[in-house]
Amino acid sequence: MATSTPTRDAYAPPPPKKPVSARRQTWRSRLWRFDDKASPYAYIAPFFLVFGAFGLYPLIYTGWIALHRVEMTGLDQMEWVGWENFDRILHDSEFWTAVSNTFLIGVMSTVPQLLVALGLAHLLNYKLRASTFWRTVILTPYATSVASAALVFALVFRADGGLLNWALEFVGLGDTNWANGHWTSKIAISVIVIWRWTGYNTLIYLAAMQAVPSDLYEAASLDGASRWQQFLKVTIPSLRPTILFTIVISTIGSMQLFGEPLLLEGGTLGAIGGNENQYETLSIYLYNYGWNLGHLGPAAAVAWAMLALLLIIAAVNWLIGRFVRKSAV
Amino acid sequence: MTITSPTKVPAPVLPARTAHRAPKRASRFKPGAGQQLKGGPFAYIALTVVGIGSLLPLYWTLVAASHTQDEVLASTPPFLPGDRLFHNLDAAWNQAHLGKAILNSFIVSSCITLATLFFCTLAGYAFAKMRFRGRGALMTGVIATLTIPPQLSVVPLFMMMSDLGWSGSLESVIFPTLVSAFGVFFMRQYLTEALPYELIEAAKIDGASNFRIVRSVVLPVARPAMMVLGMLTFVQAWNDFFWPYLALNQQNPTLQVALGQLKASYTPDESIVMAGGLISTLPLLVVFVVFGKQIVGGIMSGAVKG
Repeated sequence: MATSTPTRDAYAPPPPKKPVSARRQTWRSRLWRFDDKASPYAYIAPFFLVFGAFGLYPLIYTGWIALHRVEMTGLDQMEWVGWENFDRILHDSEFWTAVSNTFLIGVMSTVPQLLVALGLAHLLNYKLRASTFWRTVILTPYATSVASAALVFALVFRADGGLLNWALEFVGLGDTNWANGHWTSKIAISVIVIWRWTGYNTLIYLAAMQAVPSDLYEAASLDGASRWQQFLKVTIPSLRPTILFTIVISTIGSMQLFGEPLLLEGGTLGAIGGNENQYETLSIYLYNYGWNLGHLGPAAAVAWAMLALLLIIAAVNWLIGRFVRKSAV
Repeated sequence: MTITSPTKVPAPVLPARTAHRAPKRASRFKPGAGQQLKGGPFAYIALTVVGIGSLLPLYWTLVAASHTQDEVLASTPPFLPGDRLFHNLDAAWNQAHLGKAILNSFIVSSCITLATLFFCTLAGYAFAKMRFRGRGALMTGVIATLTIPPQLSVVPLFMMMSDLGWSGSLESVIFPTLVSAFGVFFMRQYLTEALPYELIEAAKIDGASNFRIVRSVVLPVARPAMMVLGMLTFVQAWNDFFWPYLALNQQNPTLQVALGQLKASYTPDESIVMAGGLISTLPLLVVFVVFGKQIVGGIMSGAVKG
């Protein structure tokens, strides 16, 4: 830059205009410096503006709404009621059913999913024929929407004429009313989640495995470690941050389960999570309070209860992590 | 300028290249490393089983969509596609306003994809290559937004949309998803590695403004990653269910919302529901067959490593 200015001045018109061009130069360089300073902020601004307007502001405003009575029929009328909404949901046994359902389905879907994904990633990490083909096939469920997946699995798990019951009867195991049972309905929903997300997590693990330096494996095999020992002692520890990441993402994902329970049986049963709320998740409970019954105040209170639960889970995670790290040292 | 460039540019590039290649070449001949073992028959058998499991529900969607409901629910279900496919597609099309739903889904997904690509590439470039105050903290902020489920803010969002006069209209599902934290992170990861500082500096020396650099240097370099991010965003927008289901109504739905309503109606006909499911899945399956390799690569390079 310093070299370019004198060359331009050489072509500048006669002396009388010199002070003007000098001023223009400083103005230009100021503009230049402003461009340099402000551009990065301008480039990241859209993200933070959109997130602020449609993410952060509503998140905080939810807490304010939770202290009011707001009905679907009159969205602009807010009446202060204090803690009444929280009182209402915390003394509702259905809320606690939804909490425990969400937790149980979360564990039942996350644990097998991540274990299978880890195993599959290990297999895909071998030198394979048509490796891209296998990866794509395993990822296809990811292309399926919650709605389509839930609908086809609803047909598979159907009590009368479902594909699974047909198969069970074929091998002589008798049929089950999947959606009706407390455990079987949770299994059905977990299967949908596992089916949709295992492939995705497999690819994330595979990416992490390919980043493990091969000298580690070489050293291990020189020390006489078997393949299984290499997997346990080299692969798993190297993948620890990735595993933690997938656990966090899956936990947050299971807090959001909505389409699967809504569409397993569909209709009015779906909106309350089964005739005994046996598969009602927190999202369904929120939806039912706000959009079916039309009480947005309690629905907002549910949202903040979910936030509190997430924070508790995060704190527990952090404490366990700290404890594990300390005991390891 | 002419004096500095020949001495400066090759100097840092050459040693960097050799340093990059040396370990790769060495590792290619390392024997016995666990990663390079060939998969045995067990690997193929296991992958085949999982692959069939992955595809079977999609196949069952096709089979169920091409028979009558009675045939699908019979004591011995059919295993091959039947001949009622077009009849069922037609019925689904009429019952759930699928024509309008498909159009809406295309509008919503395209708008979200274009906006995400533009904003996330800009932000990703800023986080990857520009120096500014608070960069680290702001990037942490971007990643932290990933941990907030949309459920927490839908109630006020719904009220805001009604205030803005957008209830039930496509704006209400487009605007909240114009950007994505994943997109910013993804573009940052890619540009950090793919965009050399030398290119940016060269453009600066030539007198390019910051936005000119974005147009002429950053965008061409970022194009492959933008392709992948575009596909991932499109898939996500196309499949989004929770917020659209709350925000939109039966008269003006996206495809997923229409599907949900097809099932939520009085007594749904399972074959017609499956025909709807087939319509909603088919476009993405085509994308997957054509661009599978890029999508797989994209998810893997977007993964958080070590």
